Amino acid sequence: MTATPTAAAPFTTVIGLEVHVQLQTRTKLFCGCSTTFGAPPNTHVCPTCLGLPGSLPVMNRTAFELAVRAALALGCKIAPFTKWDRKNYFYPDLPKGYQISQFDLPFSSEGALEVVDPKGALSRNVRITRVHLEEDAGKSMHDEAAGTGDTRIDLNRAGTPLCEIVTEPDLRSPQEARAWLNELKLLLVYLGVSDCNMQEGSLRVDANVNLHIPCDGGRIAKTPIVEIKNMNSFRSVERALVYEVARQYEEWQATKAEMGKTPKQTRGWDDPAGVTRAQRHKEESSDYRYFPEPDLVPVTVSDEWLAATRDAMGDPPSVLREKLAATWKIPPYDADVLVNQGHELVAYFQDLAERVGEGKVASNWMQQDVLRTLNERGGSIDAFPVRPATVADIIGRVAKGDFDTSRAREIFAEVLASGRTVDDVVASMGIAAVDDDELISLCRELLAENPRVVADVKGGKEQAAAGLIGQAKKKNPNVNPGKVRAMCLDLIRRM
Amino acid sequence: MQPSDMSAVDLVTAVRQGDLTALRATEVFLERIERLDGQINAFLAVDREGALRTAAAIDAKRKAGKPLGPLAGLPVAVKDALCTSDLPTTCASKMLAGFRPPYDAEVVARLRAADAVIVGKTNMDEFAMGGSNENSAFGPVHNPWDLTRAPGGSSGGSAACVAADMAPVAIGSDTGGSIRQPAGLCGITGLKPTYGRVSRRGLVAFASSLDQIGPMARSAADCALLLETIAGHDPGDATSLDLPVPAYGTDLERPLEGVRIGRVPAHFGAGLDPEVAHAVEEAFAAFRAAGATIIDIDMPHADAGVATYYLVAPCEASSNLARYDGAHYGHRAEPGGHRAEPGGAPASGGGFESALVEMYCRSRAEGFGPEVKRRIMLGTYALSAGYYDAYYAKALKVRRLIRQDYLDAFEKVDLIGGPVSATAAFKLGEKSGDPLAMYLVDLYTVCTNLAGVGGISFPCGFTKGGLPIGFQLQAPALAEPLLLRATDRYQHLTDWHRRRPAIAARPR
Repeated sequence: MTATPTAAAPFTTVIGLEVHVQLQTRTKLFCGCSTTFGAPPNTHVCPTCLGLPGSLPVMNRTAFELAVRAALALGCKIAPFTKWDRKNYFYPDLPKGYQISQFDLPFSSEGALEVVDPKGALSRNVRITRVHLEEDAGKSMHDEAAGTGDTRIDLNRAGTPLCEIVTEPDLRSPQEARAWLNELKLLLVYLGVSDCNMQEGSLRVDANVNLHIPCDGGRIAKTPIVEIKNMNSFRSVERALVYEVARQYEEWQATKAEMGKTPKQTRGWDDPAGVTRAQRHKEESSDYRYFPEPDLVPVTVSDEWLAATRDAMGDPPSVLREKLAATWKIPPYDADVLVNQGHELVAYFQDLAERVGEGKVASNWMQQDVLRTLNERGGSIDAFPVRPATVADIIGRVAKGDFDTSRAREIFAEVLASGRTVDDVVASMGIAAVDDDELISLCRELLAENPRVVADVKGGKEQAAAGLIGQAKKKNPNVNPGKVRAMCLDLIRRM
Repeated sequence: MQPSDMSAVDLVTAVRQGDLTALRATEVFLERIERLDGQINAFLAVDREGALRTAAAIDAKRKAGKPLGPLAGLPVAVKDALCTSDLPTTCASKMLAGFRPPYDAEVVARLRAADAVIVGKTNMDEFAMGGSNENSAFGPVHNPWDLTRAPGGSSGGSAACVAADMAPVAIGSDTGGSIRQPAGLCGITGLKPTYGRVSRRGLVAFASSLDQIGPMARSAADCALLLETIAGHDPGDATSLDLPVPAYGTDLERPLEGVRIGRVPAHFGAGLDPEVAHAVEEAFAAFRAAGATIIDIDMPHADAGVATYYLVAPCEASSNLARYDGAHYGHRAEPGGHRAEPGGAPASGGGFESALVEMYCRSRAEGFGPEVKRRIMLGTYALSAGYYDAYYAKALKVRRLIRQDYLDAFEKVDLIGGPVSATAAFKLGEKSGDPLAMYLVDLYTVCTNLAGVGGISFPCGFTKGGLPIGFQLQAPALAEPLLLRATDRYQHLTDWHRRRPAIAARPR
């Protein structure tokens, strides 16, 4: 699919993303310190992550495995041999004066992640340039409030494993960028690679954007690439890109400045103000003096290990959506809604669907009752008090004709609210199955009281029977409306 | 016999058997340090109280019938490049003056676990950069054979303290010859093990791919004793080899019949002092007499060794020493004129950035000595964009060729012999104004490190002026048993290693 300039936007937007995700390991990438977020400053540290003299790094194999899992799910090629490099720069939150990263031989490259909107609004295959592993830096907090210009350093985060995912400039709109990020996050959470919590900084996004503007004579003018930083949510990413696209177009109209004539610019997103602002240029471009890290040995990846890692990985969301739709014969839209809630909810659904035996019924209940009340209550599906067996029980009773669906919803809500069993709730709500004798005498009574309706029905207006149902419910709230209707029509026919 | 005259092997035997207390052994060496080190300056820190306490504890352990470690009661001097949690670790730099690490280097931990007695930390060239010990921020070490001369470097303090019997053994580190060259100039025996044989964890890094810790002692047998304790796999050092440690002391007496020793004719070219050349040829003759075969071999890329070394080592050093920035520990310059302005936000390029850069620059300018700065600049330059391929990348290619030279040579011979340095000990100040002349001091030693193999140096004679001359043997990776055995056999035929400088023999 190629995006072409339209009347609405007389240019093509070109976006590439650089995503950093913290891997969900217990310990740091090169030492045994905990990666738990929120500990008092400088308590999760040791000689290695403090960069003390003589300290040495040792690779965390779990981090490598998680990163490989992510790369495999992104369809990347995994290098049979990968090495570590040092990226040298001075900053107080980088205590060694270099970051251990990967430069020319990343462990994986050349993948893709497709984002598909089930409603068909967009579909884009975004190529992945590379995925590599590196250690995170600590945090610098510039204490401006104190008025001294002091900077406080917290090295708890220093050495946390980070996976850097770089895309090709394949995205064509801010909305696509956001949708793609949602899909990436879902994938990484599914695979247990990262919790992707943006508030805690476990997922960070930088975006590169420029515009391709058709000019006279078929030439395409390309605006200078801008890198946007400081975006704290996917919504911010979308807003920042929308702003930046408009800004670049305006600037181009005013200056006609094109790519290559000015150095790449970095702009920071100011969320409250809703604008991007130019960040200070460094006089010279940074030279990180990358060279191979001599304290670590290269990592070789065997085919066997790779196969085992792939087998242990589980299905990525895209595969799971297809499987759910095919197995339970539910529409793609339903599968999308369920899968996007995470694998715990999918497990709940599968349990329910198996008990109910009908995927679409189970899916409807998931979406209309379970998900809605879950969202109102908050919390995780695993802690949701009404388990699949109970929901299946309620659905089963509807099928048996014990009560109708709207009554069933009331029962579900009451079971959830009170924590009592379905039997208890049914009893206390006075819902008892109405036997056929009872139903026949109730219907006879109704027909006797409503000669008009009987006449109408006989005259061919079957819909007139609907008027009987409200009366039947008044006489006995437990009657099944469908059964009442069918019974009444039957009795009238025989009259 | 005085404990200071005993070999380390005999000393630990005497302690184990109860003929000598650890306390007595320790006191004797401490007393010698007190008496002699004012003239030699081999120690940056002496831990009198700690050493006596450890020694007393070992004696108590023995009395209680508890098992003793293999080095029980043996005083050991440790190069100040190894982290010690109970003593400052300075690397002879103002940058780390008074710095006390929160942990012990793996080698230090192994020494303690073996019941060795650490008597102090030895002087060295700052951050192990140098071949004369004149680059110490705390004054040079004086060669015990002639106090006006350099002991070599960078492990000059470790070499000098063993030469003057201030410690029976010492720990050194060798990045381009820093154990072997001072051992040669001080008339002792020093072994640089195969890269990865001894853990580097806790060794303050100079050049990570070349650094290796090793034993320095008066004989090969004593080196073997020490190596057996410090060698072995350390899961905390990714480059340490996970291979069993042989009993180095058990195979020393096997004769050298059938052992082929390579001799490189190019070693005897211009620049080699004739007295040194003579002593080295005599040593070859002695090895031949001991049953070895001497075979002339070629090391075609050896002449590129120094150039290659002076790219690889400074490149790694420029990065390894980046952490000394004044921000977290070590020397920090006092705030000067460029204080951060109140409210100066970093993003605006205000006070914070300029104050930070100022602090970095001044801390490093004040904390590092000239040779360290020179190497940081060399390495930074060689790694910079546009120069990387011409310098660092090319150096790595040549390094592979040098390694291949060794592999080819060890197809033909079991060991390679030769001089350890071109001259005997030079005068303090003689080369310190000429960095290039100083770099050539490493001519015969750097290739061992570039190839990652082992090497040993030991005395093979004396100049007419009474200065020791060193001989070097190099061996394939992990052939330390053969290095030690060949040296031990030589030391059974000769007594050069038994000679002591006059200063060590002065009335007690």
